[in-house]
Amino acid sequence: MSFDLNFIGILIGAIMASSVPLILAASGELITERSGVLNLGVEGMMIIGAISGFALMVVTDNLFFAVVGSMLSGLIISLIFGLLTQSLLTNHVATGLALTIFGIGMSAMIGKNFVGIPGKEFPLLFLNLKESIPFLGPIFFGHSIILYFAFGLPFLTNYFLKKTKTGLIIRAVGDSPTSASNQGINVTLVRYSCILYGGAMCGLAGAYLSLIYTPQWIENMTGGRGWIALALVVFATWSPIKVLIGALIFGGITILQLHMQAVGLRIPVQLLSALPYIMTIIVLVVISRDSRKIKLNTPTSLGQIFYKEK
Amino acid sequence: MYKLYLRSLISVLFLLGFSLNANAEFKVGFVYVGPTGDHGWTYQHHEGRNAVEALGIKTTYVESVPEGADAERVIRQLAQSGHDLIFTTSFGYMDPTNKVAKDFPNVKFEHATGYKREHSNVSTYSARFYEGRTLLGHMAGKMTKTNTIGYIASFPIPEVIRGINAMTLAAQKVNPDIKTKIVWVFTWYDPGKESEAAQALIDQGADIIMQHTDSTAPVQVAEKAGVWSFGQASDMQRFAPKSILTSIIDDWAPYYVERSIAARDGTWKQQDTWHGLKEGMVAMAPYNSAMGSDLVKEVEQLQKDLASGKAHSFTGPIYDQKGNVLVAEGAVADDGMLAGMNVYVKGVEGDIPQ
Repeated sequence: MSFDLNFIGILIGAIMASSVPLILAASGELITERSGVLNLGVEGMMIIGAISGFALMVVTDNLFFAVVGSMLSGLIISLIFGLLTQSLLTNHVATGLALTIFGIGMSAMIGKNFVGIPGKEFPLLFLNLKESIPFLGPIFFGHSIILYFAFGLPFLTNYFLKKTKTGLIIRAVGDSPTSASNQGINVTLVRYSCILYGGAMCGLAGAYLSLIYTPQWIENMTGGRGWIALALVVFATWSPIKVLIGALIFGGITILQLHMQAVGLRIPVQLLSALPYIMTIIVLVVISRDSRKIKLNTPTSLGQIFYKEK
Repeated sequence: MYKLYLRSLISVLFLLGFSLNANAEFKVGFVYVGPTGDHGWTYQHHEGRNAVEALGIKTTYVESVPEGADAERVIRQLAQSGHDLIFTTSFGYMDPTNKVAKDFPNVKFEHATGYKREHSNVSTYSARFYEGRTLLGHMAGKMTKTNTIGYIASFPIPEVIRGINAMTLAAQKVNPDIKTKIVWVFTWYDPGKESEAAQALIDQGADIIMQHTDSTAPVQVAEKAGVWSFGQASDMQRFAPKSILTSIIDDWAPYYVERSIAARDGTWKQQDTWHGLKEGMVAMAPYNSAMGSDLVKEVEQLQKDLASGKAHSFTGPIYDQKGNVLVAEGAVADDGMLAGMNVYVKGVEGDIPQ
């Protein structure tokens, strides 16, 4: 393996890029789960975001519309989930699974007309700084605006949940919807908002894949990343910063194992392929050992149906 | 009351008539491993199906069927619903196809790229993709500046290993310093993973990207990085117009048409087909003029020689990684050896995953 510093910088930049969809989707799902709602439809919302973003890019030839549209479509499809689970009080797990199946089928149907169309170049920022500063340049510069947003998001989410009143309300609703309701909080409204926010972030995560990461529409292109994002939230024990760490480890080892293969290290390839999953789980379990903190962070009413008696 | 009887009688008769009718009509089924829009492997099989459909023969297809238990269910479903001939178009459908064939002796089965014909109603067919790989190897050996060829491999099966070997041998012939770096992705189709693999190979110094996976993602990465690449299974030129030197094209249409007509007319017999450049089952997309007219001429000549039999992809002496002789000087590898190939030739880096 070549070990010059600039190359390592490029590698870190690539790892950051590959973890963006995980960070976005997991951060969104984290807020949803913190309000006590378990939405297993992350994969479905992501793939809908991916196709809507790409389709809008082709139709309008405008990347801004494409990005906003992907978030809106993620939001709309999560609204279906909201209506079912919050207003019609269906089971969260079953509804979420149905949402994923629906999303994959629906995106394939819409996507029929968009297969094989090359994507558009997404503007990357500070490209000149990337070239001119060795090592640090490729790490910090030459990325899309969505990447910068994704890396800021866990910190914002952390601040929002811990330091703002709205964050406190969301946590209260997730921990004890009955008490929150007795305090005069509209639990259903709070949960709706969190579901919609989660949907929008998943939509954006999908658009990142179809507009920036592999700029094209391909059926099933999220390739299970939604499920990994879901698992990250749990293994990170609902802490936004640990979600970021987990996503970076997962993305990092995925890319490193390909490099290790290309170098020709004599490690069984099957083990290398399993490494991202194994390492992410081990690291997150180790850094989240503190059971008191886990108790504090876990939304107690997760997945439970709440309705206000009249 | 008698009205109810009448109604059920009519519906039973209707259903009976429907199923008889369904049985009477000749139908061909296709099982695909990827989506028809992959612009690679499955896309080409679908083109073959379109050619059969154009004859006025009714066809059905099921896309994105995972290799394994799901495949058996889909194949069985097709057999049960009155299909007379079923093409199963991926290596991993081999055992499911044979299993279902046993239960439906009147249905004909055609399995692509496999070798098991356990029942008389199963035929196998494949294309000599390795002949195309030989041409790619020749071009790669001449075009590389870093002497490093990056190869994205799917699963460690003979077909894939044969391709790696054929390419490496041809590249070595024109450039003895060549190194082949391989990344196994363990999927036929995952655009994200395929592009990450392509990027890793480019970062490790490869300036030629070759793939034995089905999506267009690797050639697009190559285009962006400014290195050369080759399309897989169908002409991928418009996805990477500058980077692609040529594509190996699988042309299944004539075979599908011939076999469908044979099955319809009752002349279908079990067989094992392995066609290449000669028969046109393997074809090459137009060569990129960026490689210079001399090289284009050279490759065109080699293509002619491979088709006529004057040249062979596996001409001795060929050694394995440890230096043992695989094919003696002056000899060529026979089809049996090619079909079961499970060792790398000298010059390929790394081990085959077991």
